[in-house]
Amino acid sequence: MNSLQQNHASALQSRDEAVDPAVYDAGVKLGTGDPGTPSTEIMETSAADCHPASMPDYTPLPELRNVQLQRLQAVVARAWQQVELFQSRLVERGLKPEDIRSLEEIAKLPFTEKSDLRDTYPFGLFASPMKDVVRLHVSSGTTGKPIVVAYTKEDVEVWTSVMVRCLAGCGLHRGDIIQNAYGYGLFTGGLGAHYGAEGLGATVVPASGGNADRQIMLMKDFGVTAMCCTPTYFLHLIDRAAELGVDMKELPLRVGVFGAEPWTESMRKHIETMSRIEAFDIYGLSEIIGPGVGCECRRHQGLHIFEDHFYPEIVDPATGEPLPEGTEGELVLTTLSKQAMPMIRYRTRDITMIFPGRCACGRTLRRIGRIGRRSDDMLIIRGVNVFPSQVESALLEIEGTLPNYQILLTREQGLDQMEVLVEVTAQMFNDKIGALQELQGRIQSALDHVLGIRVRVALVEPHSLERSEGKAKRVIDRRAS
Amino acid sequence: MKIHQISLFAENKPGHIAAPARLLAQEGIDIRSLYLADTQQYGILRMIVSDWQKAAGILEAHGFAAKVTEVLAVEVPDRPGGLADVLEALEGTGINIEYMYAFPYTRGDQAILIFRFNNPDAAIAQLQTAGINLLAGDELLKK
Repeated sequence: MNSLQQNHASALQSRDEAVDPAVYDAGVKLGTGDPGTPSTEIMETSAADCHPASMPDYTPLPELRNVQLQRLQAVVARAWQQVELFQSRLVERGLKPEDIRSLEEIAKLPFTEKSDLRDTYPFGLFASPMKDVVRLHVSSGTTGKPIVVAYTKEDVEVWTSVMVRCLAGCGLHRGDIIQNAYGYGLFTGGLGAHYGAEGLGATVVPASGGNADRQIMLMKDFGVTAMCCTPTYFLHLIDRAAELGVDMKELPLRVGVFGAEPWTESMRKHIETMSRIEAFDIYGLSEIIGPGVGCECRRHQGLHIFEDHFYPEIVDPATGEPLPEGTEGELVLTTLSKQAMPMIRYRTRDITMIFPGRCACGRTLRRIGRIGRRSDDMLIIRGVNVFPSQVESALLEIEGTLPNYQILLTREQGLDQMEVLVEVTAQMFNDKIGALQELQGRIQSALDHVLGIRVRVALVEPHSLERSEGKAKRVIDRRAS
Repeated sequence: MKIHQISLFAENKPGHIAAPARLLAQEGIDIRSLYLADTQQYGILRMIVSDWQKAAGILEAHGFAAKVTEVLAVEVPDRPGGLADVLEALEGTGINIEYMYAFPYTRGDQAILIFRFNNPDAAIAQLQTAGINLLAGDELLKK
């Protein structure tokens, strides 16, 4: 508590010092959830509703808004100084960082789009020199090119702190054994959850993705109490466990932290019934930081956004105009403390709303609704971002192939399956089975290469794919849960 | 010497051969022989028809994935070993049969087989040298 109060005090003192970098630094340290070095006893007795790491979640609103404004002004100044694209966009609008005098004035600032990350690939949006960057992560973009995100040491600390707060909010603490089945590697999911779980003081089993039988063995043998993975993967584990004669309900497992893809309330009910755990929805995206942007608390009434670090807005996806609380629109996030790669008003394309009113848990952090859909056509398949346009460009790479295709998404044994149906044109058609199989193989490897996930390819008759008003229907999603 | 065969792409689903068959029937085109090569997902329908140019035009106009391929019609003595003799004539030449199927009509004591070779011209030369009879399109279509 003491360190938290001190942090607040320092932020309040420096409120008027506009864009002094020291303010920025103070801001970063503030509310990272580091409760100093609490005694082991405090951490261990925190099985109660409120974990010490969650204290920043309860920051009184006037202080929280002050911190947000301080940080917003600092991050805008930093981006202005360090990121050419951002500065030029402000100049175009006749804006200067000091024009942002209130949180509401954030709406004056230009949006950042995913295409900006792609266009400036790889390092164009970095606001820190490489000597200060300690980590790079990569996520797939709208075309063949991926996007890169960077972290300074402090960014990783913030990331860890918000992940700690997520897990603490899920009722986890030191003594829990957390199996992390998010993929480790370029994807932010694995390392993000890992650092958070370690930061919490829990025991981490870094299982990474895949090998369901081994996952189940570890869960059983180690007495794992919490699982981090995509909800569809957990469904798969439930099914597989049953086949192996393992009753999930009998395991010590009590919490699931599920994210990296949209899922529904009915799926939660199914998971909770089948495995007798409490399932939490966690939200994040690489462009902002990775997992840990927001998470449900035990009330399960929306996801709290860690808005001392990530400032949420809802805008009309068509016009970009800010929308009031309780109105559905596109979630726009601003990283308030990110150093290496500040994102100012990033268009997430996720459609949700900010819930009016405070959560019964007492947190002052605002909540968003579950992400049900996206304003663009991005698909999330097994946690990987896939765009129909990627399929198109892969098909166009193959000689004689036209992008007459359809993506069929299904769920088999709890796992997302993607099948690409490709219409055979007279030019592509060959009288020999072997030649058609070879063509199928070439399409398959082009898609694997561009998408980074395994998909099935089916050749279908010309003009057999559904079109409405002449426009091809690109995606058939049968993953209803 | 070469016979024009129509090949058609069809998904391996009920009813998928019916539409092109009806279309050809409406245009008075007689299917003299056909063979369906199939995989689990799709098939290739290969046909020898009474008027290949017309058939190809109609199928194309109706948006089917169709192709005209050149095959050979080989007369084979209709007795045990008839086929083996023909195949023997090709041994050691490097000529490969990509596929083959039987034509449903016979001429006297001769059966007719349709072959697609990887190198049709070399196959023609080799078979003729061995005294094996190849049929021209119009001979084949005479019942």
